[in-house]
Amino acid sequence: MDTSFKHDTLIASDRPDDGFVLSDEERTAIEHEMHHYENPRAASIEALKIVQKRRGWVPDGAIYAISDVLGIPSSDVEGVATFYSLIFRQPVGRHVILLCDSMTCYINGYEEIRDTLKRELGIVPGQTTADGRFTLLPVCCLGNCDKGPTMMVDEDTHSHLDAAGVIKLLEAYA
Amino acid sequence: MSTRFVSFGTPNLIADRLPETHPLTWRLRGDGEPIWLDEYRSKQGYEGLKKALESTPDDVAALVKEAGLKGRGGAGFPAGVKWSLTAKGDEIPRGYLLCNADEMEPNTYKDRLLMEQEPHLLIEGMIIAAYANNSMRGYIFLRGEYVDAARSLNRAIAEAREAGILGDSVLGSGFDFELSVHTGAGRYICGEETALINSLEGRRANPRSKPPFPGQSGAWGKPTVVNNVETLCNAPSIMANGKEWYLDLALDGSQDGGTKLFGFTGRVNNPGLWELPLGTPAREIFEDYAGGMRDGYTLKAWQPGGAGTGFLLPEHLDAQMCSNGIAEVGTRMGTGLALAVDDKISMVALLRNMEEFFARESCGWCTPCRDGLPWTVKILRALEQGEGEQGDIEMLIDLVHKLGPGKTFCAHAPGAVEPLGSAIKYFREEFEHGISHPHREPQAEPIPLGQV
Repeated sequence: MDTSFKHDTLIASDRPDDGFVLSDEERTAIEHEMHHYENPRAASIEALKIVQKRRGWVPDGAIYAISDVLGIPSSDVEGVATFYSLIFRQPVGRHVILLCDSMTCYINGYEEIRDTLKRELGIVPGQTTADGRFTLLPVCCLGNCDKGPTMMVDEDTHSHLDAAGVIKLLEAYA
Repeated sequence: MSTRFVSFGTPNLIADRLPETHPLTWRLRGDGEPIWLDEYRSKQGYEGLKKALESTPDDVAALVKEAGLKGRGGAGFPAGVKWSLTAKGDEIPRGYLLCNADEMEPNTYKDRLLMEQEPHLLIEGMIIAAYANNSMRGYIFLRGEYVDAARSLNRAIAEAREAGILGDSVLGSGFDFELSVHTGAGRYICGEETALINSLEGRRANPRSKPPFPGQSGAWGKPTVVNNVETLCNAPSIMANGKEWYLDLALDGSQDGGTKLFGFTGRVNNPGLWELPLGTPAREIFEDYAGGMRDGYTLKAWQPGGAGTGFLLPEHLDAQMCSNGIAEVGTRMGTGLALAVDDKISMVALLRNMEEFFARESCGWCTPCRDGLPWTVKILRALEQGEGEQGDIEMLIDLVHKLGPGKTFCAHAPGAVEPLGSAIKYFREEFEHGISHPHREPQAEPIPLGQV
């Protein structure tokens, strides 16, 4: 693919001077992903996930850096970054809580879990605790409907939640 | 109390599972561990693929069509018909086979079991489908949250590649096929066929207008087939055992062949997932398998298969769970995983929860869906708090029509209003209650739309 022309060189002066640089590992991983598809654009979501995995979120500078590697406009990368709910364009806590709010968990009483988390963590869905430990987010049905209410903390799925137990299980996440 | 789950479905395994009667689940182990290649092969694994590779691609598609395999993702389109419509020929480039593993439909937990514990069954089904559709490459489009399924699938793909089952000349047949897992980053709309293709291409997951259909021009403009996980997992046994066997698996009265993973959740005694013949009466699943309602709760309504299907009444439980059986009582079988709504649940509050979900997950591409769904949420929140105004119910019914089939690019909005329309039809007095009692206590604390 010809990457000699880059859209973003035209507006390079408008870029934030935040000193963002992709690490060698990140760049290598993104370039590796590009080859899994017919077109490098297809790696845009995975590229954002690669950056997020290392840094917890996707800072502004990463949008431009990814657009340079993939050879697509930065506005397209930003469009993708802001569309998908698991790409974070602002800093999140060390642990992300994804609380299922779908109808089956509603019937099984997820709202009590949500209210407990709000009260104990002092945040509402979409916010991060002051100590940077937890971010609370709602999520689509987690496919655990016969064991609800349910939530994920990072990569762990927790089933049969109750209000008393939910705070205790968070103790395992420092 | 909460426990870290290892894998799925094990408490609900039917005891006497045989290859002849439970093609999807007979291999499952009691301990819930994934079935890796050696064990899979020792349990008739990849036998269906061998038979498929001995016949022509057109014959494979024809067999699946005649076996009556319908899509298991919710829409119920006949899989063999879809395969027979894929553009194929010397002048046409080989395209893609995409497995829709973006399981996010509320109350759906079946593909997860298959992918976590039987990854090779899906891989075998995908190779058969790829052969029938002349696909050069497959992607399993897996939702990002399914980390255990990703681990199972990636290991199984590596095993299959090592064993010559994937890659150049599958099992020495001369047919080449590569397969990999593509994990998503959230958003329910990715499960829509053409939105999934856009997402795979690295774009926002907006649906595409049809035609052209993916079978003619899909991923990167190539012929593309998108099938659900459970649909593809049916292909190996059809190849191995034939269409008569598959058609006979279903009960009399069902126009669909085979078995299906059925479920029942809500405040029932034994929520779970069971492989049963298509055409099994919903009452049998509800009473015999799910054990009926828990003490203190009575069944008020139920939904046959996911948030996008209509509500039914207890009197409809005698309907057969198959596409024609549920169509007879006025809605769609959808995913076949039913939800029990009990007498302690307000239909207005439940619909408010559901429409909040649909409004949040609208991709915003077309106006009826983007603007109409938040409107339903606003009205439902008002009704829930007893602050509804005269004309609100008529407005909701108007929205049900304006967001219905044919008015939008995809099935998201029609799916969102189907439960709403049926809830108003059967429980109109609950909605009217939100108007006639203006100072009633709120039932739940609403979340402002912009905050979630």
